[in-house]
Amino acid sequence: MRKLSNVYVIGGGESKYGELWDRSLREIAVEAGLKAVENAGIRTKDLNAIYMGNSLGGLISKQEHLSALMSDYAGIASEYIPSMRIEASTASGGAAFRQAYLSIKSGEHDVVMVGGAEKMTELYGTEIIDITSSLVDREWEAFNGATPAALAALSARKYMRDFNVKKEALAAISVNDHANASLNDNAQYRNKITIEQALNATPIAEPLNLMDCAPMTDGASSVILASEKYVKEHGSKGVRIMGSAVSQGPFALHSRKSFYTVEPTIISTKKALEQAKIKLGDISFVEMHDSYSIYGLMALEDLGFAQKGHASELVENGIGLNSNLPVNPSGGLKAKGFPYGAAGVSQIYEAYLQLSGKAGKRQIKNASYGLLHNMAGSGAASVVHILGVE
Amino acid sequence: MGELSRMWREMPSRYRMQGDKCGNCSQIYFPPREVCPVCHRDSIGKMQEVDIDGAGEILSFTVVHEAPPAFLRQKPYIIALVKLKEGPVITGQIVDTLPEEIDIGTKVRSVFRKISEDGKSGVIHYGYKFIPE
Repeated sequence: MRKLSNVYVIGGGESKYGELWDRSLREIAVEAGLKAVENAGIRTKDLNAIYMGNSLGGLISKQEHLSALMSDYAGIASEYIPSMRIEASTASGGAAFRQAYLSIKSGEHDVVMVGGAEKMTELYGTEIIDITSSLVDREWEAFNGATPAALAALSARKYMRDFNVKKEALAAISVNDHANASLNDNAQYRNKITIEQALNATPIAEPLNLMDCAPMTDGASSVILASEKYVKEHGSKGVRIMGSAVSQGPFALHSRKSFYTVEPTIISTKKALEQAKIKLGDISFVEMHDSYSIYGLMALEDLGFAQKGHASELVENGIGLNSNLPVNPSGGLKAKGFPYGAAGVSQIYEAYLQLSGKAGKRQIKNASYGLLHNMAGSGAASVVHILGVE
Repeated sequence: MGELSRMWREMPSRYRMQGDKCGNCSQIYFPPREVCPVCHRDSIGKMQEVDIDGAGEILSFTVVHEAPPAFLRQKPYIIALVKLKEGPVITGQIVDTLPEEIDIGTKVRSVFRKISEDGKSGVIHYGYKFIPE
């Protein structure tokens, strides 16, 4: 059998994350893409394909086929390359990255752009809560008034009761995100918060409050992937994609055996570690999908860093930049921001920066392997990637 | 922007909790399913309509303060995971009570209620909610 190509991330870029009222979806998507092209030292005409992660463009901006639009506004419509939008709700970014990876690994492509973009603040009022409820089962969850926050809250109450976990453990996830984001110029919230502030915020869906919930964010991130052949021929520097896995389980929360275990995360992590031929203990840092603080605790357990019900102990021992397991160096979904379809690409870009030693003030020492966890909705699917330096 | 047929076709399940029973393994499903996730192809053509009693127990609950437009008048409202006595777990509102008066383990039964309306002049959507026994 022909040896499959290794695949590398050779550059990336992103827009500022935040409430970008004066900027359109296409503008921020193109900005991230062009920055990535420049950073990777390639030209747009070198691209063989574009994969876009976007979750809600059709409902929020009333714009579909974002990949083709972005390709055109990046000035390369005349190259006639394939471009596709990949949708897997909040895991769209990770899923798009994986499709790009597979397209190079298969030998079909040599240089591919992955973009993730979302405009979350386009609408005023509470309409956005109905739109984001399209991540969950519209007919049997959202129809009855369940929102994404409500479903996370259902997981949180059961988890806290079964394992006697206090609200402080959830708050610590958000406090850590804000501390890291204070070192990230592109982050939406660069203010540090205290446990007390996190505990006393406005209720959203009890027991979760505003500080347990990732914000509405406009933002776009992009990375450039290249084959081993291309990297050798052009002397490009990059980090290797060592593991890539996606897994899907029951869609609705009520259909799952456990309300605080995301099986797709467990399965994808196992596969990605096997592909990378490394152990969990080798991981230098994690970017995890903490759209709600409870999902952060659940992820630390499902990824394998703590036994079920015991992530709070890991968090108490420290998950900061100088700890044994730095979590969300970028600021995570809570504080860097949460543009749905861009979140997975944002994680990859952070891993690229950390592993290339380009993360500036938030650089993790001796970063060798990064684990990236991008989850869909309330846990219907998880995409896990491992990037590393060799 | 009406959504008439989307609502109309789910009426049997929303109005009287019609679910499905697998003719192969007898497992009961609500909401209804075309294929049994245990028996797979052996269940095709063997799924039978079955009415759910509506009695159940709260497995977890939340009080929703940030709601979409269709639920603004109801907030804060309680959303719960309810385990039905036939086996399935479903998501629904708990009404006619206060959050302090319910807990994980509280026995509930279903009632037929208005859920939301399709704008100011659209159809009214009905379905099941739950009240404490």
